[in-house]
Amino acid sequence: MESNEVVLKVENIGKDFFGNVVLKSVSFEVKKGEVIGLVGENGAGKSTLMNILFGLPVINETGGFSGNFFLNGEKAHFSSSFDALDAGIGMVHQEFVLLPGFTATENILLNRESVKDNFAVNIFGDRLKHLDREDMKKRAVNAINKLDVNLDPEMIVAEMPVGHRQFTEIAREIDRSSTKLLILDEPTAVLTESEAEIMIKAAKKLAEEGMSIIFISHRLHEVLDLCDRVLVLRDGNLVFESESENTNPREIAESMVGRSISDFEHTERKKELQKDLLEVKDLWVAMPGEVVKGVNFTVKKGEIFGIGGLAGQGKLGIANGIMGLFPSRGKVLFKGEEIPLNNTKNILDLGFSFVSEDRRGVGLLLDEPIDWNITFTAMQAHERFIVKYLGGLLKFRNDKEIRKEALKYIDMLQIKCTSEKQFARALSGGNQQKVCLAKAFALNPEILFVSEPTRGIDVGAKELVLNALKKYNEESGITIIITSSELEELRSISDRIAIVNEGKIAGILPPSKPATDFGLLMIGESNINGEGEIK
Amino acid sequence: MKNSIIESIEKIGWPRIIIGLFLASMFVIAPFVGVSVGTSISDVLVRFTFNGVLVLSLLPMVKSGCGLNFGLQLGIISGLLGAVTSIEIGITGFLGFLIAIGVSIPFAILFGIIYGLLLNRVKGDEMVVATYVGFSVVSFMNMMWLLLPYKSPDMIWGYGGTGLRTTISVEKYWFHVLNDFLSFEIGGVYVPTGGFLFFALMCLIVWIFFKSKTGTAMTATGSNPVYASSSGVNVNKMRLVSVIISSIIAAIGILVYEQGFGFIQLYMAPLYMAFPAIAALLLGGASVGKATIANVIIGTFLFQGILTMTPSVINNIIKSDMSETIRIIVSNGMIVYALTRRKKARG
Amino acid sequence: MSMSNSEKVKKFLINNTVPILFVVLLFFAIPLSGFSPEYLANEMITRLGRNSFLVLALLIPVMAGMGMNFGIVLGAMAGEIGLIFITDWGVVGINGVFLAMIISTPIAIILGFVAGLILNAAKGREMVTGFMLGFFMNGVYQLFVLYGMGNIIPINNPKILLPRGYGIRNAIDLVNIRQAFDSFIKLKIGDISIPVFSFIIIAILCIFIVWFRKTKLGQDMRAVGQDNDIAAASGIAVKRTRILSIVISTVLACYGQIIFLQNIGTMNTYNSHEQVGTFAVAAILIGGASVAKANISNVFIGVVLFHMTFIVSPRAGKELVGQAQIGEHFRVFVSYAVIAISLALYAWRRQAAKNREIKAVLDEQNEAIENRGGSQ
Repeated sequence: MESNEVVLKVENIGKDFFGNVVLKSVSFEVKKGEVIGLVGENGAGKSTLMNILFGLPVINETGGFSGNFFLNGEKAHFSSSFDALDAGIGMVHQEFVLLPGFTATENILLNRESVKDNFAVNIFGDRLKHLDREDMKKRAVNAINKLDVNLDPEMIVAEMPVGHRQFTEIAREIDRSSTKLLILDEPTAVLTESEAEIMIKAAKKLAEEGMSIIFISHRLHEVLDLCDRVLVLRDGNLVFESESENTNPREIAESMVGRSISDFEHTERKKELQKDLLEVKDLWVAMPGEVVKGVNFTVKKGEIFGIGGLAGQGKLGIANGIMGLFPSRGKVLFKGEEIPLNNTKNILDLGFSFVSEDRRGVGLLLDEPIDWNITFTAMQAHERFIVKYLGGLLKFRNDKEIRKEALKYIDMLQIKCTSEKQFARALSGGNQQKVCLAKAFALNPEILFVSEPTRGIDVGAKELVLNALKKYNEESGITIIITSSELEELRSISDRIAIVNEGKIAGILPPSKPATDFGLLMIGESNINGEGEIK
Repeated sequence: MKNSIIESIEKIGWPRIIIGLFLASMFVIAPFVGVSVGTSISDVLVRFTFNGVLVLSLLPMVKSGCGLNFGLQLGIISGLLGAVTSIEIGITGFLGFLIAIGVSIPFAILFGIIYGLLLNRVKGDEMVVATYVGFSVVSFMNMMWLLLPYKSPDMIWGYGGTGLRTTISVEKYWFHVLNDFLSFEIGGVYVPTGGFLFFALMCLIVWIFFKSKTGTAMTATGSNPVYASSSGVNVNKMRLVSVIISSIIAAIGILVYEQGFGFIQLYMAPLYMAFPAIAALLLGGASVGKATIANVIIGTFLFQGILTMTPSVINNIIKSDMSETIRIIVSNGMIVYALTRRKKARG
Repeated sequence: MSMSNSEKVKKFLINNTVPILFVVLLFFAIPLSGFSPEYLANEMITRLGRNSFLVLALLIPVMAGMGMNFGIVLGAMAGEIGLIFITDWGVVGINGVFLAMIISTPIAIILGFVAGLILNAAKGREMVTGFMLGFFMNGVYQLFVLYGMGNIIPINNPKILLPRGYGIRNAIDLVNIRQAFDSFIKLKIGDISIPVFSFIIIAILCIFIVWFRKTKLGQDMRAVGQDNDIAAASGIAVKRTRILSIVISTVLACYGQIIFLQNIGTMNTYNSHEQVGTFAVAAILIGGASVAKANISNVFIGVVLFHMTFIVSPRAGKELVGQAQIGEHFRVFVSYAVIAISLALYAWRRQAAKNREIKAVLDEQNEAIENRGGSQ
């Protein structure tokens, strides 16, 4: 039931986070009953755009945004998400925002319960009104019926299958009679295929009844199936807009990742890589949010092997699993010999080293000095920087050696700090990352896993970090497995790049392949004809 | 200028400044209300040596991230078992004291293992669980003191009674064996040299331990357990070791307390002993997640200073004994204050 | 979700391990103690009337996810202050009890509000903080009652003042209001006397709690109890709701302590409140409650089982090992140990729940691997 009535009009919206531009003059319209598909790589600006529309305080706290948007012709000023809700925008988040011990009904009507008056209200106020359970159930059933799904209003969320939780979330937005525009942020990511189908059907039905929907998803076939129009964001720009029937996955993927070739440099490696160093066979990793479901690949000695893919597809799980930080299964062969999994100490002993994507959570001792941060792992795993007494019975820290090692890396990586005794917490993101690298280098590893090495650090530091890795690889012949969300970064440094999609390796390509090929692998459209090494 | 003053105040911490000034004012007022400064200082020094080791025992668990040891009673009970066993054996003097320590250590290790394994399963709720584990063990031992087959007439109830007495004098055994060692008097101030030396020795051992590989791993475990385990450290093992060490030091701590105080107190006496020790550590500037040996020394001194000075000085001013009330407010207030301090947010 | 009968029985046993254990314990201890059924019934009725109200005061903070409110000690102190005043003024009988309640209500509200603020600041460790807060407030109470009363606050009755002219005596004889509630409506069945009015008050409180659960505020508390962030995201004022739950609990504890003391008839000014928190919490946990879930039946089952253990264990101890003291120590041990075990089990389960996400993924993977015919 598409009409010409414009529900949402976005005009030249732009946003920067302290000079870092993430959205540039984005404009589009959503009509009543229209379903818009919003597609883009991680960091393309989708979330920021949605946060602006939904009035999240983080936007105002970081200096607001430029441009305007209009709801039903009225200019919108939201200071909180409650304002957005009042104005008729409903949002279903990627993570469930449901109370596990409440029933579907209670969740659908959370803080909007039907109430009845009683005597105590006059004395103690409205919060002592009685819940009208009967009316609540009626409203819940009503909302569920609009979705046309099979959902028991009395079922407790904790006992529901995942799909039903998603429906409960959507029903909650529908019950709000004011909701005119529904934002669905990757609603099918956690669903099974059949659940996703029901979900798409429900969304179609809502649109028929006049609800406008913005549908964010990486699954292009779903987007093309459900949406009337597709918008693609890239680096904060709206780069592509088309009616669904006039486009195809390849075109969309191209616009998602397509970049000017000029800023892409990759110097081909001179010497040939021959010996296999690491062989991963059918690796499964139970890392919540980054689940790995059976990956296979081989890395050669001295290679820089890139792992890319969209967020949540499992690329981060690979390194975390091999390093023993999350439970994993499968076979990992190092120099042809199988190594036991789920044992961090053992892996470190073998000459592995890891720079975690979670710098502050895993990578650093924030409240300890830099020199400790750099040397601790080598001290514990390899007994470096240790003085032994009584034939190794007593082992003490060698503070002098620790200081020397720290100073060496502070100089080498140009870590800006007041002294080697400064706490890691006081450093900037880029310098913290350098400390993490120093920690990994101090292990003198044979193989180094680096995850998201440039996330959240400034351009100068980025280059320094990547150069340090490259130099380390060239000079010490060390093998590097780098995981990153930034395709360009991978292409600039890696010898080969594996793209992970839905927990599996969608393909392994050399960096010289066009960006579109990578883009298609990322969104699971891997039916590109046999150019790459595709499994 | 103003900022730097505020900054340094915040660095030292308001509670320490307030208590420090309060204590200083006590010493200033003392001579005017007829309290001898010399005696007061002697008292503070003596009590410092009684209590220091108990406060020190909290350190390893704070460092490993187990939080404040509200279950200090487990270590204390080990120490009490050592004490009564040593008296039962009947050897007096320093040797008797060493035997008490020797007997209590295996108990401390055993209790420490069980307690540590439990704490590893209740991460995040260690403190409230520990409180009631401590209470349970004390009340369980109440039954044991009645039932255990100790025979020494110095310890059991006389005339047909069974079981150990509530208070047992160590006068005949190892009263002041540490404190009187090399002690001297200077300008009316009694200095319990041996007590200080022993406390210093314990501090030194702990200090050296935290310079070792294991000690370093323990500190890192408390600082960021995920970092530690990604460096190949067994986090649960480190926590367990810290609990065992804490229990051993606490066992020694209560023995030091008894040789100074002169009595072994059984039954309900150890029930609330964790609180003053914890309050002292916090007063010294420690928090739920971080503590140093300096915190132990400063905290014990301030806390014992308040405890010694308030009864004598305040009582002389207002002619009534408010010291108990002040002690309750200061020590428990300090703990509540520390519990409401949020951990610095990560990031 | 349908369950077979054996599963239902298993679930019932797991959920009620603690009360069942105590029933078994009492099954052996009661005959051993040799008390007559009449005596025990009489004691039970008295103790239910005396203690239930205090234990009921724990229910609402559990609902709001704040765990066992060891801070009900604060409410007890407020109640005692009210009792000191009415004793000073010589107000007699049931009027005295009500007046004490009226006087202490604002004090309890203020204390509850302060406690709520502090517990909000100590989010995540409410129980240990509430516990320490009780100790801390005990000092403040001493300051107020032992040094302030008769000094700054006018108290004239020499019977309750210390001989030095200010400060309240260690023990106050509540003769004016002794059992004023209990004997307001008298009923005696055989040798068993029933404090009907106290039971009416308790029944009213139970009805209030049932009613309260059905209000919007009650629903908000349940929501806050499950997840602070989600509740806040839906617009519920989380901090305020948590404070309100503590205020209600403190006020109820204040009334509970007054009811308790009118039955006992004497008040240990500085000790009566000390163990209120521990005993109430022990009782409700023995009744089958957990830190996250408690209902009215837990309260009554708990009070009966806990106090039955309390009454019979000294005698049973004497019969068993010849020492009544052992039994006395045993009952103290039981109250502490039950709390320790319940809290530990709860924390343990909570930790297990945190790992559940990883476990769920693992299970899914194992299944997928098996479906494929095993990992190579």
